[in-house]
Amino acid sequence: MTRILGWLAILGLLAGLVMGFGVAPRELTQGNVQRIMYLHVPSVWVAYLAFAIVFVASLVYLARRAPGADRLAHASAEVGVLFTGITIASGAIWGKPTWGTWWTWDARLTSVAILFVLYVGYLLVRTMVDDPERGARYAAVVGIVAALDIPLVHFSVYWWRTLHQPPSLIKPGAPTMPPEILVALLVNFVAFTLLYAYFVVKRVWLLEREQEALA
Amino acid sequence: MSFARRAWIVAWKDVLVERRSKQTTGTLLFFAVLLLFVFQFTLGPDRERLTAVLPGVLWLGFILAGLLGLGRTFVAECEHDCWEGLLLAPGDKGAIYLGKLAGNLLLMLAVEAILVALFAIFFNLDLVGVLPGLAVVVGLGTLGFAAVGTLFGAMTAHTRARELLFPVLLLPVQVPVLLATVKATEAVLAGQPLASVAHWLQLLVAADVIYIVIGLLSFDFVLEG
Repeated sequence: MTRILGWLAILGLLAGLVMGFGVAPRELTQGNVQRIMYLHVPSVWVAYLAFAIVFVASLVYLARRAPGADRLAHASAEVGVLFTGITIASGAIWGKPTWGTWWTWDARLTSVAILFVLYVGYLLVRTMVDDPERGARYAAVVGIVAALDIPLVHFSVYWWRTLHQPPSLIKPGAPTMPPEILVALLVNFVAFTLLYAYFVVKRVWLLEREQEALA
Repeated sequence: MSFARRAWIVAWKDVLVERRSKQTTGTLLFFAVLLLFVFQFTLGPDRERLTAVLPGVLWLGFILAGLLGLGRTFVAECEHDCWEGLLLAPGDKGAIYLGKLAGNLLLMLAVEAILVALFAIFFNLDLVGVLPGLAVVVGLGTLGFAAVGTLFGAMTAHTRARELLFPVLLLPVQVPVLLATVKATEAVLAGQPLASVAHWLQLLVAADVIYIVIGLLSFDFVLEG
């Protein structure tokens, strides 16, 4: 089952590569650099998806005390941090040729950076508590605080400053992108989501084995 | 015993302990004075530059003092073996959270008041006119800071490297509060009315409410065992 998921993710990523480099047209103003979008945007989607799942799994853990929910939260947070890192790195590589700078304290860059440190903190809590049950409980509380903090972070950072191009996909009215770009992007969305699912399933399995070995 | 009464007892206990031991307050005040020195030495005597960065420096002082002060409260409970007492207290653990929050808030506000006074005296600032606005902004910001700080402080008291983990957990969560208060403080110090920063104040109120509700609901899980 896991293996099938893994193969599906690989197939999706291959299709995404073909779509992103082969089918999607070269963007007029930015040129080929714009193709980083097919990595950048799906990564940030996976990051938010991962943290939403951390939130839900944390709530379930506190309510039911199911070790499975804790493992899911743990695995999802790790994968989320990874994809937040990919988002920041790919954004920096995209920013250098288009904005002329690797990093700027723009609203959305800042909120993703804060997201990154929030969840690195979340993962740190787990390593700093000796009793695994207590570690799971503390992590769940931090996971809930972090998730509810995200909207506040967004508002505050948005008012603080904004420079980023407005969202081009999810907004009122018809999408302004050419259909080929849109399709290529959507294929990558699916591929990255599959990859996320595969990583999480694999990591949950690994955490289970780790806990069995320690018990 | 009612919820409010139990919260009050916890807060009063903290105040009483502090009044008799004078451990945290005394040292924290001394720390505040030292911070003033540090700011003076790092920023130099240029008054123009100081007034430009004053809101940020002020909050840097509050945060540093707050991190040290808030981190202490639950560690003290552990050191004096009072943790079990808190655990055994009957009823909703939210009351203990509120009581601890009140104690922490009081401690932070006291240090902040003294820090502001020291700034006014040593940097020759006229803050009398802006004091009411400043009090509102600082009060709202401190409440948000203390609300999460109390929750996380209870947690990190039981972790390894707690002095390190506490700020590492608390600071990222506090980014919205920090941005809002520094921006609002900036406006207030520049003599603008509070209405001009209404959106920041609304954000602070929203943050305070969210943090306190999370604290009340989740404190049970932090305290247990």
